Amino acid sequence: MSHRLPDLGRLIDRSKRIGFRFNGAPLAGHPGDTLASALLANDRMMVGRSFKYHRPRGVVASGAEEPNALVNMGEGPGFEPNQRATTTELFDGLTARSQNHWPSLEFDVGAVNTYLSRFLPAGFYYKMFMYPRAFWKHVYEPFIRQSAGLGQAPKDRDRDTYEHFYAFTDVLVIGGGVAGLQAAHSAAQSGARVLVLEQTAHWGGRAPVDGGSFGGAPAEEAVEQLLEELRQMDNVTLRSRTMGAGVYDHGYVLGYERLTDHLPLAKGPRHRLWRIRAAQIVTATGAIERPLSFAGNDVPGVMLASAMRDYAVNYGVAAGKRIVVATNNDDAYRTAICLKEAGVEVARILDARSRGGGALMEEARALGIRIDCGRAIGKVSGGKRVAKVMICAQDGAGGALEEVACDAVAMSGGWSPVVHLWSHCGGKLLWDDQQALFRPDPDRPPTGADGAGFVRAAGAANGHAGLDAILSDATAAGRAAAKAAGFKPKRTAAPRGESTEEQPLEPVWLMPREAEPHLRAKSWLDFQNDVKVSDVQLAAREGFESVEHTKRYTTLGMATDQGKLSNINGLAILSDALGQPIPATGTTTFRPPYTPISMGAIAGEARGDVFQPLRKTPMHEWHEQQGADWEPVGHWRRPYAFPRAGERVHDAVEREVKNTRQAVGLLDASTLGKILVKGPHAGRFLDMLYTNMMSTLKPGRCRYGLMCSENGFLIDDGVVARIDEDTFLCHTTTGGADRIHAMMEEWLQTEWWDWKVYVANLTEQFAQVAVVGPKARELLNSLGGMDLSAEALPFMAWADGQIGGFDCRVYRISFSGELSFEIAVRAGQGLAFWEALMQAGETFGVMPYGTEALHIMRAEKGFIMIGDETDGTVIPQDLGLDWAISKKKDDYLGKRAQERPHMTDPNRWKLVGLETLDGSVLPDGAYAVAPGRNANGQRNTQGRVTSTYHSPTLGKGIAMGLVLNGPDRMGEVLEFLGTDDKTFKARIVDPVFYDKEGEKQNV
Amino acid sequence: MLILTCPYCGVRADETELSPGGEAHLTRHGPGSSDDDFHGYLFTRENPRGVHFERWRHAYGCGKWFHAARDTMTLEVFGTYPAQTTEPPRDICDAITARHPGWNWRDFS
Amino acid sequence: MSDPVSALNGAEFHGLIDVADAGLTGMITLRGNLGAAKAKKAVKAVTGTAVPAVGEVLGSGETATAWMSPDELLLIVPYAEVAQRVAKAETALAGEHAMVVDVSDARAVLTVTGSDAREVMAKLCPVDLSPAAFGKGDFRRTRMAQIPAALWMTESDQFTVICFRSVADYAFALLKVAAQPGSAVGAF
Repeated sequence: MSHRLPDLGRLIDRSKRIGFRFNGAPLAGHPGDTLASALLANDRMMVGRSFKYHRPRGVVASGAEEPNALVNMGEGPGFEPNQRATTTELFDGLTARSQNHWPSLEFDVGAVNTYLSRFLPAGFYYKMFMYPRAFWKHVYEPFIRQSAGLGQAPKDRDRDTYEHFYAFTDVLVIGGGVAGLQAAHSAAQSGARVLVLEQTAHWGGRAPVDGGSFGGAPAEEAVEQLLEELRQMDNVTLRSRTMGAGVYDHGYVLGYERLTDHLPLAKGPRHRLWRIRAAQIVTATGAIERPLSFAGNDVPGVMLASAMRDYAVNYGVAAGKRIVVATNNDDAYRTAICLKEAGVEVARILDARSRGGGALMEEARALGIRIDCGRAIGKVSGGKRVAKVMICAQDGAGGALEEVACDAVAMSGGWSPVVHLWSHCGGKLLWDDQQALFRPDPDRPPTGADGAGFVRAAGAANGHAGLDAILSDATAAGRAAAKAAGFKPKRTAAPRGESTEEQPLEPVWLMPREAEPHLRAKSWLDFQNDVKVSDVQLAAREGFESVEHTKRYTTLGMATDQGKLSNINGLAILSDALGQPIPATGTTTFRPPYTPISMGAIAGEARGDVFQPLRKTPMHEWHEQQGADWEPVGHWRRPYAFPRAGERVHDAVEREVKNTRQAVGLLDASTLGKILVKGPHAGRFLDMLYTNMMSTLKPGRCRYGLMCSENGFLIDDGVVARIDEDTFLCHTTTGGADRIHAMMEEWLQTEWWDWKVYVANLTEQFAQVAVVGPKARELLNSLGGMDLSAEALPFMAWADGQIGGFDCRVYRISFSGELSFEIAVRAGQGLAFWEALMQAGETFGVMPYGTEALHIMRAEKGFIMIGDETDGTVIPQDLGLDWAISKKKDDYLGKRAQERPHMTDPNRWKLVGLETLDGSVLPDGAYAVAPGRNANGQRNTQGRVTSTYHSPTLGKGIAMGLVLNGPDRMGEVLEFLGTDDKTFKARIVDPVFYDKEGEKQNV
Repeated sequence: MLILTCPYCGVRADETELSPGGEAHLTRHGPGSSDDDFHGYLFTRENPRGVHFERWRHAYGCGKWFHAARDTMTLEVFGTYPAQTTEPPRDICDAITARHPGWNWRDFS
Repeated sequence: MSDPVSALNGAEFHGLIDVADAGLTGMITLRGNLGAAKAKKAVKAVTGTAVPAVGEVLGSGETATAWMSPDELLLIVPYAEVAQRVAKAETALAGEHAMVVDVSDARAVLTVTGSDAREVMAKLCPVDLSPAAFGKGDFRRTRMAQIPAALWMTESDQFTVICFRSVADYAFALLKVAAQPGSAVGAF
C-alpha cells in the first residue's frame, strides 16, 4: 500500500493537517501536498477509470504529464472537470471526484469494455460507426454522446473572474529549474529585462530531488542562492505557478498564471493569461520520463520511477511497501536508492541492459538491493492494484523466469526533452541516436521578424543530462539570448556542477523485445485514450504510414495530456512496424497550449457585462426606463418597440405605426452614421463613392445616395447634405458608419492620395431625433425657434437654427413617407432634447417608436433597407434604383462591375411588391417556386421574399421580394413555400403600397 | 501573432491593433478596362510561399494604411512603408534580394 | 435648453485604483498639413503649444495638443470654449486645406489614478506600459480590450483615457473589472 513515510517531504508542513474529500470520503493531508500526493498518502492508488475500456487507473506521474489522475474538482459554480491531481495544490476543504465510471470508481459497469477489447481495436470508431446508416440517429449518436469526454461539463455559471496582462520583455525564460534560473541569471547580467515563468509553485525543478551540487553547495541550497540573487536584480521578474502555454509568431507567448486555485477564499482573479511579447525566448522546460511498454503497465501502482522518487522526496510518500524497479538507464537507480534509504523494501531492480549501469548501480548494490541485468517485466498482475510481476528476459518473447510479489512498480524508459515550446512556432527537431531522444535542432529554430531564430532551448530540454552540462548550456543560452536581444552579455563562467556519472541507456520500446501478441495487447502506450502497442501495430498493418494519420486513427496522443508520455514510445513502435528508423517516422505536431488552460483565462475580462462592447445612444437610459424591447444592430441596442404595461410587442408596433401616421412619433436615429467630408475635391470624391452625382448638389440641400463596392453590389445608402461648397455630411446606415468611414479613408489613402479631402466620423458627436407624422411641425413649432415652414425648409433641405433653445441642425428628410424632421443636437444634450420633445408632444399625442415601426413604414412606402433587400449579391439595378445611378459619370465605385455580363443579364431577379391573396403575411425569406426540379431534385425557384410585415396602415400583409422578370409580371400570382409544407399564394404588385404620389411627406 | 511597425507613427503594433487588407500594389481597373484586366483586379491574388507584399491598416492607432513586405514561411519582415506608392522602395527590395537572391513577386524584384 | 452632460455623468469607482469620469472636455480634431506655418499658428492660437512630435502630447490639464496621426491633431480645451477656439483655428487656417471640427460630445474621457494604474491599463491594452517604456508626454492610440482608445499620463500615477461616447459604459465597466480588489500584478 502507498503510505506517508516517517521522514522526507521537503515541500510539506507536517505540523499542520488539512482536510479534503475524495468521492465523498473525508481524508487528510498536509499543506504543501498535491492532491495526488495526499491521495497516495491515504493509500488511494486508484484514482480513475480509463476512457475506452474503463480500466482502473492510478497516479503515474508527479507533474503536468499525468494522464490518469484527472478529477472533477469543486462543486457548483466552482466546478471544473479534468483537473490533474498531480498539479493541484491541496487546500483545506478541497473536494474532488473521480471520473468516467458508473455507478462507482470501485465497481464500474463500463469496465465490461475491457473484455470486449478485441472488438474495440484501433480505428474502432471508423469501422464500427459506418453502417447501417439508419443506426446513426438512435444507436450510434446516443452511444457516442454517452461515452464522449472524461469529466462532466459544468452546469453552473463560473463564479470566478479572470484577466489578461500584456507584458513585454527582452528575454523570456520558460521553466524555473536549474537551467532556467541559470539562463535567466546569465541573461540578466547584461541588463536585459528578463521574465521567468515556472509552472509549479516551486523553483529548482528536479535538481533538489535528483541531488548533486553546484556552485559549491548541494543542489537545493544552490537553487535558493541563485534565486536570491535573481530576486535582487531589478531587471528580473520571477513568476511561479505560471506556465508557458504557447509560443507564437514574432515572440508572442501565452503565460498561464494560476493565482487562487490553491487559495479558494482569496479575492481577485482566479487565472491570469499573460500575453507576452519577448524579443528572445529560452525554453528551459526540462525533460519527461518515458514509461516502459510491458503488459499490465497500466495497473494502479505502476508509476514512473522519477515520480515515485518525487513523491518520496518532496511529499514523504511511498508508492508501496515492496517495490520492483524496471529500467533501461541509470537514473531509475536513484529511485531505488532513495526508497531503500527511506525504509521501503526494494524487491528487485530489473535492468534491461545486459551489462547494467554504472556508479549508481554499484551504490544500489551496496545497499543490498538485488539487481537483475538483461531482465524485463513480462507482465504485471493485479486488478485494482499491482500484486506481482512476472520476470522474463528482455531478449525474448516473455517466457516467465520468476514471479515476484510487490505492490508498486517503478518504470523508466529514459527521458524525452520537453520540446513543445520550441516546436510550437516551427522549431525543428533532430534525433539523437546516442541518447535515443528528439532534441531541438539549433540550426532550425523558429524565426522572428528579423529572420533569425528567437527561441533557444537550454538544459535537459536541449538534450543535456548532468548538472555540469546543464549549467554550462544554460549559461550560454542566457548569454546568447541577451546578445540577440541587443544587449552586451557579461563573460562570467558557468558554475561547476557535480552529479553522479551515468552510463548510456539502451532504448527499450517493447518489454520484452519480442513480446507475444497477448502481452502486446496489454502493453499500454497512451493511458488516457487506451491505446496499446497492438493498436499501433495494427494501424501500420492496415497501411497507416504517416505518424499524423496513425495518431488520428488510433487516437494515440489525442487525449488531454496530448501524448506527453506516449508519443515517443508510440512512434518508435510505429517505426519498428514500418521497418524504418525513428527520424524517418518523425513526430506529430506540437501545438499549444502545453497543458489545457481554462476557458475563463482565454476570455479574460470578456464576460458578463463586458463580454462585448454595448454601444449606447445618449437616450439609451430613457428607452430602458420605458421598458423598450431591444434589437441588436451591430454593437448598438436600438428599441425595437416600446410596449406599454401589459401590451404585447406586436401590438405596440401596430400602435406606434398608426400613431406616427396619424399624429406624431419620435425615433432615436442617433445611431445613423454621420461622416463629414471636406476639401476642394470633396465633390469629386463623393461622385466616385456614390452612384449618384453628388457634386451638383446645392449647399443647403439633401440627396439620397447609393454606395456600391467595386464588385458592383449595393453596400450602403443614406442622405447626403451639402454644408458648403467644400463640405458634405454623409449619412450612412447604422451598421455602415464605421465601415463606410474606413472605406473612405482607404480610398483616400491608397488610391486617390493626391485628392484634397479630409473626412471625420461625427456619428457620436450628435444625437439625432426623427420627429415624424402629420403633427410633427406643430409639435416643433410649439417649442419655439427656427422657421420650419415648407417655404423656409422645403422637403430635402436642411437648416441650422434653434428649437426650444437647443442648437440644432434640421434635415427635412423622410424614411416613412410622413412629414418628417430629423434633428441633430450635440450628444451631451440629446437626452434633454428628447425629453423636451416628449413633454411638448403630449398635447399632440406623441409616442416614441422603435425600429420595427420604422421598418414597416418604410416597407409601406417601398423603400429598400440595406441588409433586407440587399445581401451582398444585389446591385442597385435589381432594386429599380436606376434613377439613382448617374448616367453622366465616367466612373464610380462599382460601375465597371455593373457592366459585367452577369450584372446586365435581363433575367436577374428584380424588386417587386407582393401581396398574399388572403391578406396574410408571407414568411420572411420564402422562395417562389417555378415549374420543374433542379439536378438535386429540388423545386426550381423564381424569386424570394426580402421584407415582409403586417401593415397596420393597410390592415393586411405586405412584402417585397426579388422575382425573375418581376416588374414585367405585375398582377401575376406566384406560389411561395413556407415551412411544414405550407404554401402561400401572392400577387406581384407595385412595391409602393402607400401614398404613391408622396403627398404626405411633402407638406 | 505578428508585430508590424507602423511607418507613420513608429509604433511596433500588435496584430490585434491592425486590420489586414490583402495583397498590395493592385492596379485599379475601372470603366473601359478589358474583362480580363478587370477580372484580374477583382479576383486574382498572389498566394506565395515566401516573399509577399501586403496591405495593413493601423486601425486601432493612427488609422493609416501601410504596406508590409514579409516572408510568409519564415515570418521575416523585410520592411513596412507608406501606402502612397505604386511600387516597393528600393531598400526593401534590396533587403529581400539579400535573403532570397533572384526572387520575383509580380514584376518587382 | 439645458446643460450638456458627459456620457458617464460623473461616475466614479474605487478599487485597486480609482476610475473616474473626467467630465465635459473640449476636444477639437484638426486635420491638415501639420508642417505648414498656418497649422502651427492655429495650434498656438487654440492650445498655446507647439505642434507635437510623433506620438507626443504637449500641454497639460485642460489644454493640450496630442499627435493623432501624420495629418491629425487632437486639441484639448475647456468645454465651454470649444466654439470660440474652433473659430480661432479656422481663422488661422484660412486659405489652407484643413478641417477643424468639434468632437467633444463624440467621446468620453476617464481618469485612472493610483500606484497600480500602469498595471490596470496593461491588463487591457497591448502596449508596453512599464515606466521605462511609457511616461508623461507619450500619447498612444491603441486597443483597450475590444474598443479603440487613446491614453496618456497626466500625472506619474494617472492616465487619461479617451474612448468613443457610445462605449463609455463599457470602458468604465472594463476598468472596474481590471481594478478589482486582489488583482495587483506586481510586475512593474
